[in-house]
Amino acid sequence: MKKTDALIIGAGPTGLFTAHQLKLIGLDCEIVDNLDKIGGQCIELYPDKPIYDIPAVPECTGEELTNNLLDQLKPFNIKFHLSERVEEVKKEDNNWLVKTSGGNFFLTPNVIIAGGVGSFEPRKFPPKECEKFENKSLFYSVKDKNIFKGKTVSIFGGGDSALDWAIELSKESNVNLIHRRDEFRGAQATVDKMHALVKDGKINLFNKYQMANVHGEQTLESIDIKHDNGGIKNLKTEYVLGFFGLIMQLGPIANWGLNLNKKTIEVDTEKFETNQKGIYAVGDICNYPGKLKLILSGFHEGALAARACFKLARPDEKYRFEFTTTSTNLLKRLGKKE
Amino acid sequence: MAKITYITSDNQTHTVEVQNGLTVMEGAVQNDIPGIDADCGGGMACATCHVYVKDDWFNKIPKKEDGEDDMLDMAFEPKTNSRLSCQIIVSDELDGLEVNIPSKQA
Repeated sequence: MKKTDALIIGAGPTGLFTAHQLKLIGLDCEIVDNLDKIGGQCIELYPDKPIYDIPAVPECTGEELTNNLLDQLKPFNIKFHLSERVEEVKKEDNNWLVKTSGGNFFLTPNVIIAGGVGSFEPRKFPPKECEKFENKSLFYSVKDKNIFKGKTVSIFGGGDSALDWAIELSKESNVNLIHRRDEFRGAQATVDKMHALVKDGKINLFNKYQMANVHGEQTLESIDIKHDNGGIKNLKTEYVLGFFGLIMQLGPIANWGLNLNKKTIEVDTEKFETNQKGIYAVGDICNYPGKLKLILSGFHEGALAARACFKLARPDEKYRFEFTTTSTNLLKRLGKKE
Repeated sequence: MAKITYITSDNQTHTVEVQNGLTVMEGAVQNDIPGIDADCGGGMACATCHVYVKDDWFNKIPKKEDGEDDMLDMAFEPKTNSRLSCQIIVSDELDGLEVNIPSKQA
């Protein structure tokens, strides 16, 4: 069991800056994120797209913004728990007991949800029947490529993941590549390489087809794919891989007794506290009159939530507002003064 | 102003007036029409405002720009008449537009 002054859910820009604000006022914190990397939507959705509305930063990409925020956190020692999703939040006296999918337990008076629009999960095949084979013969990521050796693998998707795996697995497997249109959005060199392998008969390419159904009792035997013109083709296959990117799902947050409005959480605008004392929501996931889904709003919300955390983490102390330009305390915490 | 008709997958019809300059996605969200999630808020980064545009309208409205088809690759059950509703900007010319909302966004 880990004890901390505040637990942040979400390592996107809002979560990172909230951590900065907590550490600056002398509280410790840890961060949990379901992704395997830091940066949230900035890294997952638009690492290379420029952002033009961060105050005092005329232009930066999602990746640069993330790196700058991490730089800003350098004076502080912050523990990240990546590839872990928060599953349960339970009240325990004056604290919250938080359990993650990685088996970690946290005891903390403050939980700050900086979760964007929820955690990123793979997008799945539309036919319901596909669930039956999920994680057995139908996967949305590759953990061990050796299981595909000598087998038939049907890969769906038009991006780099689908193309890279089609090329890689074509060395030792029989590969079908299925995509909904003629154009691929992967890197041109990868697309060219794939087409060369199609020409050599190493990859069977099915353009303008999509998944229609799966067949098999215990194990997957074949799939039906449907052409834009309605024609259906049956492919014998032992494995299926789907690469349709990630989608944000609210997930277990929906079960924590918070006031939800569509996929957002209602908060007050003084502490950014939810209807549960000691649980806050900041960034894209929070909702209040006038809410703007901008990164700059997330920074403001995190700064105020951090001050609210102080009261619950240090009930016997009084929080005093200070500036980083002049406060000896703050400069010491930032490592700028002995 | 344009009258836009949104038809949900269970065949419920919602006709609303949407101001020029807003997107078809915003028209749905502001009028609480179910089935359009728009997780990313209109940034063409999530494919959860996916709609099907009736064939006669599909060729009339402004064409897809770079990147929209890439996102549609990830949409739930894309078809040849699929569009992201956040990329369709409402104008007088769109008066009477009908779009079908898929059964799910993801």
